Amino acid sequence: MMTEGMFTNYFLPGIWITIQVTLYSAALGLVVAFAIGRLRASRLWIVRFLAGCYFEIFRGLSALILMFWLVFALPVMFRWQLVPLWAAVLALGLTYGAYGSEVVRGALAAVPAAQREAGIALGFTRFQRLRRIELPQAWPEMLPPFNNLLIELLKGSALVSTVTVADMTFAGNLVRLGSNESAPIYTLLLVLYFVMAFLLTRGMRLLERRAKANVGQGRLRASLAPREEAGEGHGALTAGGAR
Amino acid sequence: MPSPAEFAKSTSRANGSELVRFEKVTKRYGDVTVLDELDFSVSTGKHVTLIGPSGSGKTTILRLLMTLVRPDEGTIRVDGDYLTHEERGGRLIKAGEKHVREVRKKIGMVFQQFNLFPNMRVLRNVMEAPVHVLGLPKDEAEQRARELIELVGLTEHLDKYPTQLSGGQQQRVAIARALAMRPQVLLLDEVTSALDPELVQGVLDVLRDIAHSTDITMLVVTHEMSFARDISDAVLMFDKGKIVESGPPDKIFSEPEHQRTRDFLSTVL
Repeated sequence: MMTEGMFTNYFLPGIWITIQVTLYSAALGLVVAFAIGRLRASRLWIVRFLAGCYFEIFRGLSALILMFWLVFALPVMFRWQLVPLWAAVLALGLTYGAYGSEVVRGALAAVPAAQREAGIALGFTRFQRLRRIELPQAWPEMLPPFNNLLIELLKGSALVSTVTVADMTFAGNLVRLGSNESAPIYTLLLVLYFVMAFLLTRGMRLLERRAKANVGQGRLRASLAPREEAGEGHGALTAGGAR
Repeated sequence: MPSPAEFAKSTSRANGSELVRFEKVTKRYGDVTVLDELDFSVSTGKHVTLIGPSGSGKTTILRLLMTLVRPDEGTIRVDGDYLTHEERGGRLIKAGEKHVREVRKKIGMVFQQFNLFPNMRVLRNVMEAPVHVLGLPKDEAEQRARELIELVGLTEHLDKYPTQLSGGQQQRVAIARALAMRPQVLLLDEVTSALDPELVQGVLDVLRDIAHSTDITMLVVTHEMSFARDISDAVLMFDKGKIVESGPPDKIFSEPEHQRTRDFLSTVL
């Protein structure tokens, strides 16, 4: 029988570890995604090539095997031991970041070329155009695919239980060994992952709605302020007088 | 007939110096030569309209000046400085990014499709470059932006996003945004071509106003011939990357010398 003590002593800390692993990996993944995603559109072919290599390699690596490698092979090969939690975060962040770079690259490429030209015409530097014009417009487009990746990452974080990181899957396996109650334990795990994924999705939706409103795409706002075609012309006349 | 370059000189004011000068500029897209060893110049304060059939190279001239495309051959000078070249040890070499950015600060452009920044409200669209490119203090930039927005008659739309404005209103914001950088040369690239017919006049009124009351130099590509006639000091007729004919608007529109000009005008007037 699963007791309350099992939940508070094993599952609760496990949930916290799962949240930590997910957030840290997401943060690392986000940095990797933006860096690699932007560099893949670099003017310099060598930078494009290297960033492309990163993408191809880490997309093709199994996060699980990379984790094993970091935890079990790295210490043997280089006499350098990572804390299992950070090895896990590294493996997840680097691989999911590769997927994320594709999202960033695609969203940046989808910003109309005319926006770049307007930026040039106003004298902005490359970096200013990226930061003030291109990224703010691409950001809302990135959020739905990022949400997918984040959910994948949350569920993928269960892999860390295989390298002795005591996340909630690890806790479930531990409790099962002690109690032999497979059915309630795995059902509980399923529900826990689902609830966390659901909450993440809600949060991301909120973020998306806010991001869209910030680029003038808010549905509500647009419908409340209809275009004012009829008023055209008057403004120009008063403009002449205003001089 | 004076050559186009000579013409531009002859129309310059007593103190008018050459602000824009194209020398043997050639631009090709693949096998197509859009501009063919083009020479011409525009004096300070003049308004020059470029007319001609589509594909004749008019828009390419504006895009070259804005450095959105680079010339294959020849040089462009703005206010005496080479635009995409630098002099190093007596030789002309391709200019670095920084040099190009510095010279093109003298140029502003209004686009056919407005190209406002959809992620910024009207006021910020106009303020952004003065603050972050010219380094103006925020309150000074805002003050100027408000004045310019008032000039184009959109004060009540300061806090709207571009998508909430009509095409004509967006284009007027784009004009204010370009002027906020205090360019010496304003490039207008078919600025009313994307507008519904009833919105064209409002935009043209604003531009007429600017043309008549400021000393800004203008290069205008337009199909609005009455507007061109009204604001231009000179009209250049282009065909196949070359200037066919140039002169004051009255002459070009009323008694063009070349058959090619007559044919073109008969299709647009």
